[in-house]
Amino acid sequence: MDSARGAFEQYMTVTREFIPFSNGSSLSWEGVPEWPVSELVRKTAAELDRGARLCAWFGVPEDGATRLVAVIAFDADNSMAVARSLPAAGRYPSLTPTHPQAHQFEREVWEQHGLVPQGHPWLKPVRGAAGGAPAVGEFFRVEGREVHEVAVGPVHAGVIEPGHFRFQCAGEEVLHLEIALGYQHRGVERALAGGPHRATMSQMEAVSGDATIGHATAYASVMEALAGEEAPLRAQWLRLVALELERLANHTGDLGALANDVAFLPAASACGRIRGDFLNLTALICGSRFGRGLVRPGGCRYDVEPDRLSQLAGRLNAALAEVEQASEWLWDAASVRARFEGSGTLSPDQASELGLVGPAARACGLVRDVRYDHPAGWHRLAQAPVAVWPSGDVFARARVRWLEVQRSGQLVKEQLGAAPEGEIRANLGAPAPNRLAAALVEGWRGEVCHVALTDAAGRFRRYKIVDPSFHNWMGVALAMRGQPISDFPICNKSFNLSYCGFDL
Amino acid sequence: MFETLRQSLRTGVVTTSYPETPAEVSSRARGRPEIDWEQWKDARLAAAVCPSGAIEFVDEPAGSAVRRNVALDLGKCIFCGLCADVDPAIRITNACELAACLREDLRHMAQYRLNDDGTHQRLLEAPGKPETLDTVGRQLRASIQSVLGRSLHIRQVDAGSCNGCEMEIHGLNNPVYDIERFGIHFVASPRHADMLLVTGPVTRNMELALRKTYDATPEPRLVVAVGACGCSGGIFGRNYATCGGVDSVIPVNVYIPGCPPNPHALLHGILLAIGRLPQKPSRRNDADAQGIKHAPA
Repeated sequence: MDSARGAFEQYMTVTREFIPFSNGSSLSWEGVPEWPVSELVRKTAAELDRGARLCAWFGVPEDGATRLVAVIAFDADNSMAVARSLPAAGRYPSLTPTHPQAHQFEREVWEQHGLVPQGHPWLKPVRGAAGGAPAVGEFFRVEGREVHEVAVGPVHAGVIEPGHFRFQCAGEEVLHLEIALGYQHRGVERALAGGPHRATMSQMEAVSGDATIGHATAYASVMEALAGEEAPLRAQWLRLVALELERLANHTGDLGALANDVAFLPAASACGRIRGDFLNLTALICGSRFGRGLVRPGGCRYDVEPDRLSQLAGRLNAALAEVEQASEWLWDAASVRARFEGSGTLSPDQASELGLVGPAARACGLVRDVRYDHPAGWHRLAQAPVAVWPSGDVFARARVRWLEVQRSGQLVKEQLGAAPEGEIRANLGAPAPNRLAAALVEGWRGEVCHVALTDAAGRFRRYKIVDPSFHNWMGVALAMRGQPISDFPICNKSFNLSYCGFDL
Repeated sequence: MFETLRQSLRTGVVTTSYPETPAEVSSRARGRPEIDWEQWKDARLAAAVCPSGAIEFVDEPAGSAVRRNVALDLGKCIFCGLCADVDPAIRITNACELAACLREDLRHMAQYRLNDDGTHQRLLEAPGKPETLDTVGRQLRASIQSVLGRSLHIRQVDAGSCNGCEMEIHGLNNPVYDIERFGIHFVASPRHADMLLVTGPVTRNMELALRKTYDATPEPRLVVAVGACGCSGGIFGRNYATCGGVDSVIPVNVYIPGCPPNPHALLHGILLAIGRLPQKPSRRNDADAQGIKHAPA
């Protein structure tokens, strides 16, 4: 009884300092509690100490100064909360020294708004460098006679996105890796300001092309929250199917790519092909292999008639049977296990301190999945068990993907037979003025977070996108410590983060 | 080991016979938008919804009347189909093999006389069939073929894409599309490459890296711009962070429209670049535009 009251009182404290809300809802900007900036840092730190997680931390320009906004999630309580600072300029005490999960956010705020987090241990831009590309910036260096530096990128040897990696090595061993991104910076957030524009929906679909459904769904949810309406049930159902198909395609592709990186070619070839089969299932629904044009604010643009549905189910079963076969080869090969196990290990503590999300976090044993913690849309009615593996290495990240392929496959199979009747799209009202809306979606890489703030006319005053990669890149850097540099490709692939989703 | 072999043999050959047989695409696939130029009455509807400015018009006085110049630019088109949703004179075909050697070949221009109410009427000048006078490109292809025989090495450069194009380029290496059956390989360094396959929009942060990569590629070399962003800057266009299409930074030999172009479209563009398409590209596109011979995916 006492403990229940304690929890209740604690909750009441939260309502005063942060205002709680649930995933995919909106609240009045006026009603968001505001604090002097150092107070906000202190209160955010206190919430993070109580087990909250930082989803977004960004600035909103106001009268020549900047308001900081903190969006946090209480996974165990299935709730989110938000608070903001009074307009601030100059310096404020950094949150990072005590809560490393804020490190990238504070660097970003400094780069975008010039607000200096005092005491930040490594303050440098996240997407550029003064007067040049990201690699021109200053890098952490390890001194010593045996130490050498290896610089890789931005143009890499494979068909991948550009980024710069700076290794400090002693012989083969990596002592430190620093990752400089920003090469893909296309000005997404600035393009969104003042929107929605006619290009906005398509730009959302191109935030990270392989996570089209994830970002499009987050955007649609934000727009629906701002209009105060929900998409029709049938559209929510189809979004779930499309989101899980996206997960199936990408996880299958990753298993194949990991197999390729350890030269286990049968699984690499098979998974490459089956990934295409999953992409074609999305194309069957909406014409685009990446789900472009499917999700729209207010619903979906395409419906699935019975014929198409049965074709979808048949082809899904065939693809799932084949991916089952291909991964059996993978898990049965001792040579694969030997390369996966113990490579690029992160501890659960590291994962939790860095605020990792998605399969990278679940591969460190953290039970963290937006579909389960903050269900929205059809995920409130249909869930797959969260896939977790404890070892934190490449093996775990591959294993979590495989578990998710099985569970998402099963979920979609069940759901294809459980489609609700009704409209697929409703006319959505205009976004309400002076409101803040936030949506989390568990994309295949992890938590996709979109936060919109409207002005007096209902246009976007600020639109913040946090791709899961924004949380996770530091995980790659730490996982490489103490590893042979030749393991970088497999280690990087096991995270398979988005460069453009980070760079925006 | 034996089990793997047994299963592989049972799976058999999965490779498509494209380009000998037509591309298999979804029955809902969105390819080239086709405008009924004669019957088209109002460009404003389509232009107002087009997210990337692929359909645009300019009204200008011509004597006592007003003339409307309309452009459909496949290099900007992201194939969303919104224009066809609002305008019955536009139809979305599933033609995806749209690569062209000249940027102009992707632009279709028409002129109309403007009515007082803002609609247009009477076609003054219809878009002509693209007539590729690509002599430089042809010479380059001949020289590439003479130097390299039937082999080609590609270095892919992502200069700012959303990684959708990369996903489809990856597809070229899988057993279904298997680009190596043409003697075409992806290589790790521009110094080993004959062709740069570049996706965009070229960001300001990648501009220098792209130039250096181009300079590091030995001649004769080909550059293929991939996707709406690579062809024109696409949905992001040109802004403080991007330079626009690939040809705003380095010369381009072939443009492959699409958002992203599927592996068939990529293969078509690469084969076009090295002059190894079995048919003339323009004839192929005509057949596709009528939507014939497409097996539903």
